[in-house]
Amino acid sequence: MTNSQLTPGVAAGRLDAAHLAANFADVAPPLGMYEARVAADRCYFCFDAPCVTACPTSIDIPLFIRQIATDTPEAAARTIFAQNILGGTCARVCPTENLCEGACVREAAEGKPVEIGALQRFATDRLMAAGGHPFTRAAPTGRKVAVVGAGPAGLSCAHRLALLGHAVTLYDARPKAGGLNEYGLAAYKVPGGFAQAEVEWLLKIGGIAVVSGWALGREGSLDDLRAGHDAVFLGIGLGGVNALGLAGEQLDQVLPATDFIRELRQASDLAQLPVGRDVVVVGGGMTAIDAAVQSKLLGAENVTIVYRRSQAEMPASRHEQDHATASGVKIIPNAAPVAIFGAGAVREVEFAYTRPGPKGLELTSQTFRLKADQLFTAIGQRLAGTPVPLALDGNKIAVTGAGRTSLPNVWAGGDCAVGGDDLTVTAVAEGRDVAMDIHASLKGA
Amino acid sequence: MADLNTTFIGIKSPNPFWLASAPPTDKEYNVRRAYQAGWGGVVWKTLGEDGPPVVNVNGPRYGAIWGADRRLLGLNNIELITDRPLEVNLREIKQVKRDWRDRALVVSLMVPCTEDSWKAILKRVEETDADGVELNFGCPHGMAERGMGSAVGQVPEYIEMVTRWCKENTRMPVIVKLTPNIADIRKPAEAALRGGADAVSLINTINSITSVDLDLFAPQPTLDGKGTHGGYCGPAVKPIALNMVAEIARNPATRGLPISGIGGVTTWRDAAEFMALGAGNVQVCTAVMTYGFKIVQEMISGLSDYMDAKGFTSTSDLVGRAVPNVTDWQYLNLNYVTKAVISQADCIKCGRCYAACEDTSHQAIAMSADRVFTVKEEECVACNLCVDVCPVAGCITMRELAPGEVDKRTGRATAAYANWTTHPNNPSARAAE
Ligand SMILES: Cc1cc2nc3c(=O)[nH]c(=O)nc-3n(C[C@H](O)[C@H](O)[C@H](O)COP(=O)(O)OP(=O)(O)OC[C@H]3O[C@@H](n4cnc5c(N)ncnc54)[C@H](O)[C@@H]3O)c2cc1C
Ligand SMILES: Cc1cc2nc3c(=O)[nH]c(=O)nc-3n(C[C@H](O)[C@H](O)[C@H](O)COP(=O)(O)O)c2cc1C
Ligand code: SF4
Repeated sequence: MTNSQLTPGVAAGRLDAAHLAANFADVAPPLGMYEARVAADRCYFCFDAPCVTACPTSIDIPLFIRQIATDTPEAAARTIFAQNILGGTCARVCPTENLCEGACVREAAEGKPVEIGALQRFATDRLMAAGGHPFTRAAPTGRKVAVVGAGPAGLSCAHRLALLGHAVTLYDARPKAGGLNEYGLAAYKVPGGFAQAEVEWLLKIGGIAVVSGWALGREGSLDDLRAGHDAVFLGIGLGGVNALGLAGEQLDQVLPATDFIRELRQASDLAQLPVGRDVVVVGGGMTAIDAAVQSKLLGAENVTIVYRRSQAEMPASRHEQDHATASGVKIIPNAAPVAIFGAGAVREVEFAYTRPGPKGLELTSQTFRLKADQLFTAIGQRLAGTPVPLALDGNKIAVTGAGRTSLPNVWAGGDCAVGGDDLTVTAVAEGRDVAMDIHASLKGA
Repeated sequence: MADLNTTFIGIKSPNPFWLASAPPTDKEYNVRRAYQAGWGGVVWKTLGEDGPPVVNVNGPRYGAIWGADRRLLGLNNIELITDRPLEVNLREIKQVKRDWRDRALVVSLMVPCTEDSWKAILKRVEETDADGVELNFGCPHGMAERGMGSAVGQVPEYIEMVTRWCKENTRMPVIVKLTPNIADIRKPAEAALRGGADAVSLINTINSITSVDLDLFAPQPTLDGKGTHGGYCGPAVKPIALNMVAEIARNPATRGLPISGIGGVTTWRDAAEFMALGAGNVQVCTAVMTYGFKIVQEMISGLSDYMDAKGFTSTSDLVGRAVPNVTDWQYLNLNYVTKAVISQADCIKCGRCYAACEDTSHQAIAMSADRVFTVKEEECVACNLCVDVCPVAGCITMRELAPGEVDKRTGRATAAYANWTTHPNNPSARAAE
């Protein structure tokens, strides 16, 4: 190994294979049987439990925890999957501190919630390891539905539709299904090829034909889909990214954080993946955190997240922020980029401190510069163009009720549709609810 | 998903989980919600004779025992039978049964010890279309002092007499609910059978004082400075109930008499254990009083998964399966020899096994200067106390000696089955055949 953390510029192989393997291993190793029992024993089996209300997919959390406590983890998993077929991914990536665990009565009482996420993983891992699929498809209805986008929203919608007996064709522009489960989530949250294993397991329901490398607007139009199907669901996520709007943005090594992460998630050998010695990330959400932490784990020497508002206002949860700082990432709040310097590639980024003003944030005259071999932007995603002739609301597809768009027979859900947080679990909930709405409308027709 | 449909003395229910006669079944509102939650049947809160209903205390009626995390382990109560008018109860029973034909509805009864009293109430219950009656001979407080409840249940002759009256005066199946506050549970069960009972249910609550207030110097629950004994129930009573169920199940005099198992049933596993020991179904009270009706969902999924794993297609495949393996001490195999084994990989070096064995058992565990704990096979009598006190499940196990292997403690090689009845130390041993 010739490179190290101190190698200047952008270089691969800053850490040896053993270090990389350790760095990208499961960030939250699974609970053992005994740990799960002790964790489950802490659940009070609350009446009308607040955790269930806080879960976007409304998993019956007290019931599944009781099923773990009574040594029936597979029954627990069925309780989870009945509401959330991607309960395996959600167990790993949900910001539970803001969702179920944040609502746990023991969080309020003791600051120590029941470990719902870890318990959910315990149960779902067991059922998935057992191999089979817990649901049986209803008799075919003869109805055909096109689902565009095989991210969590599309997968959840497709699964529920197939379960109800409809014939689903699941289109995705990319070579692999999974959406951001495969191309976006932090590698250490879903190690071991989990995203593909989960897709494969989910498809065992039957009745779902996957067409990959098929982009709406490229391989076919919405009208084509509407003509060939009884209903269309769009779960196309947010493929575009917001730009900083600064001179120098076109310099080499200034790139969307999502691109860096996608490459990292697809890398067959992390030792071959180059990363800067000095990395700067602009943004305050999960994407900024993941890009920063994974740069650090790859061997970058200095990684800094710069966020324009206060740290308390960062969209990333406190837990995520702590994880970043514990990994050696520095967080500078209340500062915004004002200039990018470099020749060919980026060298330095200048920031101005901000303060709240009467018309929103204002830049102060105090500035500082950070060395940057790479600058990752993570200031929000948007619909990639408008591949579809649908009414928009802001930069998302406008929907009413359960994901109904401005066109009859066309539904949308997940990140691409307005409403809800941009989270895996929200996408799953919306996909499922749309499926139920499509089902109701097909039955009614 | 295994088929949980159960027929108990001709009464059908979609699962073997019934609610015991108690506050959860005290009124229409509760029972409807219980059915909605999935309970297979209920035994309505005990009705008394017509006239002014009994009154309950207006202060605390429960005492409790908790684990460190407030897990409710045992509950004690001084509640009486229903304090609602008979009329109202009967009207509600009829309405509920009309709407929930697929669920079991049994009515619990306790009236004074005269044939006329029983005859009168049975007639009125029949008019509700209820599936059967349960005779409450169990309540240990309040009613016993009035010559009912356990005052009847403790005298087998009374049980037989009242049961016979009931069988002669109704077409409905009759379940006799037994009190555990008696030396030999087989006697009241035999009496019930003689009287013609279709089934027995057990246990009712156990006489108890939960705790004493050490400032007021009064038993708890304390009402105006005084307390009284109440009935104990919940997880703590399960082992007592299991034994009583098993005693009746294996008693030749009552073999085959249907049993409804009650006492501490909290999870599917508890239910399965009662059923394996001969209970055709189970009844639950404290667990729903602690967690609500919803726990039946776990019981259903758990029992169903267990039955699937075992290849049982009906609950009758499970009922009584453990009964042949319940025996008397003198028939246990004295040549079955085991030794404790401590897994060094799992040991966390707390030393609890050492304290238990060194201080209170057979000094069969050695402790080294660096806290390595090992079993001295030449001292180990295989009591398994170390297993029970070890905080790490599976760390200490009992190894069965191989055939012919020498027990280092006795110097004898393991031999074929032999029990106390033929043991040389037994003064009344018969010669081995
Ligand atoms: C870096 C990063 C980290 C994240 N971490 C977390 C986390 O830890 N926890 C969490 O809850 N959420 C996290 N999120 C958010 C979460 O990943 C998304 O909210 C979720 O994936 C949205 O699901 P979706 O199905 O709507 O869209 P996506 O997952 O984006 O899937 C959309 C799919 O549509 C396909 N597609 C797009 N356009 C077309 C087209 N024209 N034709 C055909 N197919 C198309 C795409 O290829 C993709 O497969 C993260 C997001 C990012 C970017
Ligand atoms: C508050 C309370 C009231 C009860 N009332 C009755 C009753 O009216 N009739 C009866 O037969 N048993 C009554 N029981 C006993 C229960 O039906 C049951 O036999 C006992 O509680 C054991 O079951 P468990 O451990 O599931 O609670 C009562 C129990 C409690 C806790
Ligand atoms: S809020 Fe917490 S303690 Fe209550 S049921 Fe949910 S997980 Fe259990």
